[in-house]
Amino acid sequence: MVAGSAGRCGDRTDRRTATGMGGVSSAGRCGPCPRGGDTFTGPFPSCRFALFLAAAITPFLSNMSVYGPVVKIHPVVVASIVDSYERRNEGASRVIGTLLGTIDKHSVEVTNCFSVPHNESEDEVAVDMEFAKNMYELHRKVSPSEVIIGWYATGYDITEHSVLIHEYYSREAQNPIHLTVDTALQSGKMSVRAYLSAPMGVPGKTVGVMFTPLSVKYVYYDTECIGIELLQKTRTSPSRTNGLTSDLTQVAGSAAQTQEMLSTVLAYIEDVLAGKVTADNSVGRYLMDLVDKVPMIPAEDFETMLNSNINDLLMVTYLTNLTQTQIALNEKLVIM
Amino acid sequence: MASRKESGVSSSNTLDSPVKQIQIEGLVVLKIIKHYQEEGQGSEVVQGVLLGLVVEDRLEITNCFPFPQHTEEDADFDEVQYQMEMMRSLRHVNIDHLHVGWYQSTFYGSFVSRALLDSQFSYQHAIEESVVLIYDPIKTAQGSLSLKAYRLTPKLMEICKEKDFSAEGLKKAAVGYENMFEEVPIVIKNSHLISVLLWELEEKSTVPSKHELLSLSSSSSHLEKSLQMLMDRVDDMSQDIVKFNTFSRNTSKQQQQKHQYIQRRQQENTQRQSRGEPPLPEEDISKMFKPPQPPPRMDTLLIAGGLSVVLDKHLIQCDFRTLLIRRYCWFVPE
Repeated sequence: MVAGSAGRCGDRTDRRTATGMGGVSSAGRCGPCPRGGDTFTGPFPSCRFALFLAAAITPFLSNMSVYGPVVKIHPVVVASIVDSYERRNEGASRVIGTLLGTIDKHSVEVTNCFSVPHNESEDEVAVDMEFAKNMYELHRKVSPSEVIIGWYATGYDITEHSVLIHEYYSREAQNPIHLTVDTALQSGKMSVRAYLSAPMGVPGKTVGVMFTPLSVKYVYYDTECIGIELLQKTRTSPSRTNGLTSDLTQVAGSAAQTQEMLSTVLAYIEDVLAGKVTADNSVGRYLMDLVDKVPMIPAEDFETMLNSNINDLLMVTYLTNLTQTQIALNEKLVIM
Repeated sequence: MASRKESGVSSSNTLDSPVKQIQIEGLVVLKIIKHYQEEGQGSEVVQGVLLGLVVEDRLEITNCFPFPQHTEEDADFDEVQYQMEMMRSLRHVNIDHLHVGWYQSTFYGSFVSRALLDSQFSYQHAIEESVVLIYDPIKTAQGSLSLKAYRLTPKLMEICKEKDFSAEGLKKAAVGYENMFEEVPIVIKNSHLISVLLWELEEKSTVPSKHELLSLSSSSSHLEKSLQMLMDRVDDMSQDIVKFNTFSRNTSKQQQQKHQYIQRRQQENTQRQSRGEPPLPEEDISKMFKPPQPPPRMDTLLIAGGLSVVLDKHLIQCDFRTLLIRRYCWFVPE
C-alpha cells in the first residue's frame, strides 16, 4: 500500500499521511497553492504519495466493529447517484455530489442528494462550489429540515482528489461523511460504503487524513417498501419494464407469498418431527408465537363476522352504484 | 358483485391522443414517494414537476423535482424563479430539462378541482403531451402503488380555450363528466445499473415485506374516510342542484312576471286609447327584469367528475379488493 500526501490550497503547511502500519513518510514541503476564482482547485506537488488507507484497512476492519455513527441510506439516494452516473459527461470517470439528510445522536440518515459538476484531471480537481450552494438553497426551500451531511463519489477507491473535496465539504458541514458507490462494479457488485475522516499522524509533525469506514444500513419508509417491491418486478422482465399491476394480481401475489411461507414452515416442522433436522428452541418459540397470534374463534362466530363484513361491503357497493346512476341522471337533466 | 365500469375516466385507447403510454423510471417513483412522505404529512397536497422527453407516442419521464409548499404571500414569484433556477441547474448535470408534466398527491381521491383543471390546461396548452400524475399515498400504504396519469380530453381543452363555461357552451361541445379526463397507462422501466442496484438491495435489505394487502380488518379507517369523502361530495352536488333549481324557478317566475307586465301594459294602453289619452311609453322590459345569473356550470361538471372518480377509482376498488380477500377466506373453512 502507498502512503501519500495531498497539497492543500491556501495553506502553508502541507499534510502528510501515514501508512496503515504506522510509519510516517519523509517530510517535504510544497509551495503555496494558488486558489482559483470560485471553484476549488488543488494542484498537487510532484512529491506526493497517494492516500489509499480505506482500501487497505477495510479488509481488516470488516470483521471488527466500526466506530462512528451508523449511516442509514434511503434507496432513492443510491438510485439518484446511479442515475447521475449514467448521465455523466463524456470523459468523466466519476461523478460527485452532495448528500443531504439529518443527523441523529448515533446515526446519520441520508435522504436526498444532488450531483455537482466537477472536472478532474491528473493534477487538479475543480468543483463548482457556486452550483452546489445554489442547489442546496433550492432544496432547502422544499425540505428545510435537510442539511448537508457529506458528499458522495462513484467509484471503488478513495483518491487524493477525494481528500481535497472532503476538506471543502468539511467547511460546509461538521464531520461530513463520504459515500462511495461502486457503479463501475469493480468489486463485482455495487457496493455502497461510507467513511468518516479523522486526522492522524505523529503530533508535532505534519498531520494526515484517514478515512475510517462506517456501517451502512438501508432504511425504508413503508410506502418506499411497496414502491421498491414493485420496482423489483422489473428485474425479471426482459425489456426491464413492468406495468402497474391490477388489484387482482396483487392479492393473488400476496396470497401466494403467504402460502409459500407457510409451506416452508410446515416443511421444517415435518423435518423436525421426522428427526431429520435437530429442533432449534428459538425457532420453536417463534412458532409458538405464530400459532398464538391466531385467535381462537369457533367456526360459526368466524362465519358470522365474515358475513356481516361482507354485508357492509355489499352495501357500500350498492350505494356507489346508486350514486353513479344519480350523477348520470343529474347530468342529463341539468347540463345537457 | 358489482361490475367495474370505467366511467369518469375513459381509457385512451378509444381517443386519439398524442400520448398512448407513459414510461416512468423507478427513480421518479421513489422520489415522489419520498417527497410525500417527508413533506406531505401536514397539508394534503404536495406537488412537483416532471421532466423527461417524448419518444414517438410514448412519454418518458426520467426525473422530477418537488415544489415548495405555498406558505408565503409571494408564492407565485418564488415558484417561477425556483422552477427556472432548478431547470438551469439540472441542465448542467445533463438531466433532461423538458417539462413534461407535473405530479400531485391526493387525499382519498379528491383531486378533481378547478385549480387542477387550470394547471393542467396551461401545461397541456404549452406542451401537447403533458400529463398530471396523481399519487395516492393512502392507497399505496395499503399495499399497491397507486400512480395514475391523466390528461384533459381534447373536447375539454377546446372549452377551456374558449373560456366558455356556460351551459350552452358545454352542451355544444357535448362534454359530460365522463369525458373530462383520460387516463394513460403507465409502465415502469429501469436501466441496467438500477437493476443491479435492485438486486443489491434485495440482498442487503432486512426489512420484512408487510402484507397490508391481505389485512382483513375494515376497522382501519380507510373505508370510513372514503365514505365520508363521498358524503361530502354528494353534499356539494346537492347544493349545486339546489342552486340550479332555484335558478330555473327564478327564470320561470321572471318570465311570468314579464308576461303579466306586458299584458297589463297592453290593457292599460287599450284603456287609455279608448279614453283618448296618449299611450304610456314602452319601457324597456329587459332593464326592469334583470335575468338571474345562471350558476356556473363548470363547477357542476367538476363536482360530478370528482365524485365519479372517487366512487369508481377509489371506493369500488377498495371494496373489490377486500371482497376478494373475504371470498378467499370463505373457502378456507370448507
